[in-house]
Amino acid sequence: MRYLPLTDEDRRAMLARIGVPSVDSLFRDVPERARLAAPLDLPNHQGEMEVERQIAAMAAKNLGTGRAPAFLGAGAYRHHVPAAVDHLIQRGELLTSYTPYQPEVSQGTLQYLFEFQTQVALITEMDVANASMYDGATATAEAVMMANRVTRRGRAVLSGGLHPHYRDVTRTHARFLGFEIATPPPDVRGEEDLAGMIDDNTSCVVVQNPSVFGHIRDLSKLAEACHAAGALLVVVVTEVVSLGALTPPGAMGADIVAAEGQSIGNALNFGGPYVGLFATRDKYVRQMPGRLAGETVDADGRRGWVLTLSTREQHIRREKATSNICTNSGLCALAFTIHMSLLGEAGFTRLAALNHANAVRLADRLAALPGVEVINDSFFNEFTVRLPREAAGVVDALAERGILGGVPVSRLYPDEADLAPLLLVAVTETNSDADMDALVGALKEVLQ
Amino acid sequence: MNTDPITGTFSGNRGLQIEEPLIFEQDRPGRTGVDLPEPPDVQDRLGGLKRQGPIGLPGLSEPQVVRHFTRLSQKNYAIDMGLYPLGSCTMKHNPRLNEKLARLPGLADLHPLQPMSTVQGALELIDALAHWLKTLTGMPAVAMSPAAGAHGELCGVMAIRAALEDRGESRKRILVPESAHGTNPATAAACGYTVDPIPANERGRVDLAVFKEKLGDDVAGIMLTNPNTCGLFENDVLEIAEAIHAVGGYFYADGANFNAIVGRVRPGDLGVDCMHINLHKTFSTPHGGGGPGSGPVVLSEALAPYAPLPYVVHGPDGFRLVERDDDPAATGKAFGRLKGFHGQMGMFIRALAYMMSHGADGLRQASSDAVLNANYLLASLKDDLSPAFEGPCMHEVLFDDDFLKDTGVSTLDFAKAMIDEGFHPMTMYFPLVVHGALLMEPTETESKESLDGFIEVLKGLARRAKAKDTAFFHGAPRLTPRRRLDETTAARKPVLRWRPPESQEQAAE
Repeated sequence: MRYLPLTDEDRRAMLARIGVPSVDSLFRDVPERARLAAPLDLPNHQGEMEVERQIAAMAAKNLGTGRAPAFLGAGAYRHHVPAAVDHLIQRGELLTSYTPYQPEVSQGTLQYLFEFQTQVALITEMDVANASMYDGATATAEAVMMANRVTRRGRAVLSGGLHPHYRDVTRTHARFLGFEIATPPPDVRGEEDLAGMIDDNTSCVVVQNPSVFGHIRDLSKLAEACHAAGALLVVVVTEVVSLGALTPPGAMGADIVAAEGQSIGNALNFGGPYVGLFATRDKYVRQMPGRLAGETVDADGRRGWVLTLSTREQHIRREKATSNICTNSGLCALAFTIHMSLLGEAGFTRLAALNHANAVRLADRLAALPGVEVINDSFFNEFTVRLPREAAGVVDALAERGILGGVPVSRLYPDEADLAPLLLVAVTETNSDADMDALVGALKEVLQ
Repeated sequence: MNTDPITGTFSGNRGLQIEEPLIFEQDRPGRTGVDLPEPPDVQDRLGGLKRQGPIGLPGLSEPQVVRHFTRLSQKNYAIDMGLYPLGSCTMKHNPRLNEKLARLPGLADLHPLQPMSTVQGALELIDALAHWLKTLTGMPAVAMSPAAGAHGELCGVMAIRAALEDRGESRKRILVPESAHGTNPATAAACGYTVDPIPANERGRVDLAVFKEKLGDDVAGIMLTNPNTCGLFENDVLEIAEAIHAVGGYFYADGANFNAIVGRVRPGDLGVDCMHINLHKTFSTPHGGGGPGSGPVVLSEALAPYAPLPYVVHGPDGFRLVERDDDPAATGKAFGRLKGFHGQMGMFIRALAYMMSHGADGLRQASSDAVLNANYLLASLKDDLSPAFEGPCMHEVLFDDDFLKDTGVSTLDFAKAMIDEGFHPMTMYFPLVVHGALLMEPTETESKESLDGFIEVLKGLARRAKAKDTAFFHGAPRLTPRRRLDETTAARKPVLRWRPPESQEQAAE
């Protein structure tokens, strides 16, 4: 077996030194009746070629976004990832290292985490960011739990424009930790009034910008209302590229930002692994979940990096930790850091402008189709259209024509029958004019 | 110039160890590492919220970025470089085939919300991995969505609580051995339980008598790692399972150490109700400097109905995801959703490729070799270091710091000296049940020659410590890009991001 270096001769010599006749005798603490008697009903070992053939066959059954005009978003976006990103993250010293618990031999990981934290703080315009969470949805739930700790309150108001997966993950934690959540109805038109829902026990208001339906809102007034009531404003961002074009949450008074960072550096991967971004104000840093890299000096006075404030974390605090999170999303955070480093100020803002301009052009073309209404006045790279019939069926018909035409809102809100004609359409820099022509043409055909 | 205080090089570099500033310190406005087309001219629809003012991101070209991250990589230790014996972390070889397959078009470029008719192969792959996991563990169901081990723990304990609530019971306590990973008590607390610790006995196992005394009808369950973090198989496990079931509680197994028993023992045969599996440990998906992981949770018949959404089912129309609890194929009892989308697909592909490569025979050989390697370390080091417990051990071996007594050398000092010898240290000061713990897990992917080299070094260091060459240890490491770092100041005055020099001055004023 190609991954196992021991030879039979090695094994014999090692057993002799241990002083036992066989490996079986090393398992003598396992109760007799719990030992597996017969081999498991699974195939035996195979070479690289055989394994590759079988997994490639599974891949071939799928319609990847790489070979179809694709307009899918709703929290996961296809962007062009520069070749250098995937090359660098596969360097063995980065790919095959552990969490940097021994800083003297982990300066590489620690420095890029420090750079990652700084990039996240800059684009959100917050003071400080952690070294990543699992994804945007879990980061949002952690943000709510952190707001509960900071305010010592137990009720969160979740905007009707918050991605339903994010709402549901938060609801799961609410159920088991025993805090309350208020969930107003889906905010299809971006008009909800959340300030009116804040009460004395409200720890935070969670609002997504742009919303799951694509609307962009000025949150400054809402921030003021939160702060006047002693609550925090949590701003969620599911498309991080938008921060290259929009007023950042920190400039609108956000106390915590929870975001999905997949768009920068990471492939769609059918939903994971992704990378949660988490940023807050300096004054709340000791209540923040997750790992943090910090600057320090070594014994010779040279600048270096360590994991710090770990007294918040489970391996030190056990049941009193701020979160149970341990492994986070290090390599995805690295991909984010590298891609963001390549983009820089000029590239990141241009990428955002390109996404927005493409979306504006497609929105205008779709709005011109008979029976199709673009709901949004404002949007970044994703908007909601109302179709003359159920969107799910339209999306299936488009898929038969080799086009991935968007995410039907019914996939996210299966219980809201009146939302069934709505379709979320996302456009990125990867969508060519030919892609847009294909979608517009096919949609016209399908809707006839 | 940043002259090296040790070697006196003008650059601060030491041959292949090259100093590297932060990306923010290499900024030149106007530089970029990507060439994007000019955006088409449109009237913006940003609702009056167009960004004002610069972000502050640095501009670098591609060659600078490639060099930057290459230099950073060279400051890391990695399993690709050498023995990485972190106990309970399972640093084994990461096969490159798995990396290749996870990047295949048709897998890496799938959007999670595509029509299910366009992702049949992806759903088939998840189902295939689920089949392997269920067969290897002897459990009837598996929840695939948890993102890491600790996330899997949440999933399992939430399923336990949902099952208890469904029975109309609100139990309050979870029993957790003192040797458990910190995530176990943190998880129990995150699910609203109080943690009741169980001490270890003199043999490093759960103290069965104390455990039984703590049982009662307010106990929701026990979280037990088996093999435990002392590297020992809990030989009373069947009795523990029976006793917890007898009071109506559930048996949560922490599967962090499943790699010791794959193909030899099925957790389902031990009375387990749920167990998370760290795909990044047992099934070798790369640790990536701290994730991403993946933590599927196998479930017994009793807990399966409470599994979180979504999950894959197979029907007459092929595979599909159940995403709502009123789906005809759903149980109506799912405890909720744990994560955006469906799970760590990129990790699923790698883990499945690993399992298919090893096969049933290879997986059993892998766990056998892992246990053999750990026992070889124990046998070879027992006279020079101080084993915490009598063997045989399982996949990892625990020493305490008794061999360092009166030497002035601590476990930490010993670990730092190992770094200069070219090894990553073992896990230190964990588990908490022995003094100054040194927990070593060699894994099955180390050759005998590699272990022999490691053993010679540890014996040499133990001799040096016993000879009271204390200064040598206190000064270690000397040969690393940085020597011991001041963690106290880092925590007292946290600097968690870079700021431009002028704002640093402002902050100081």
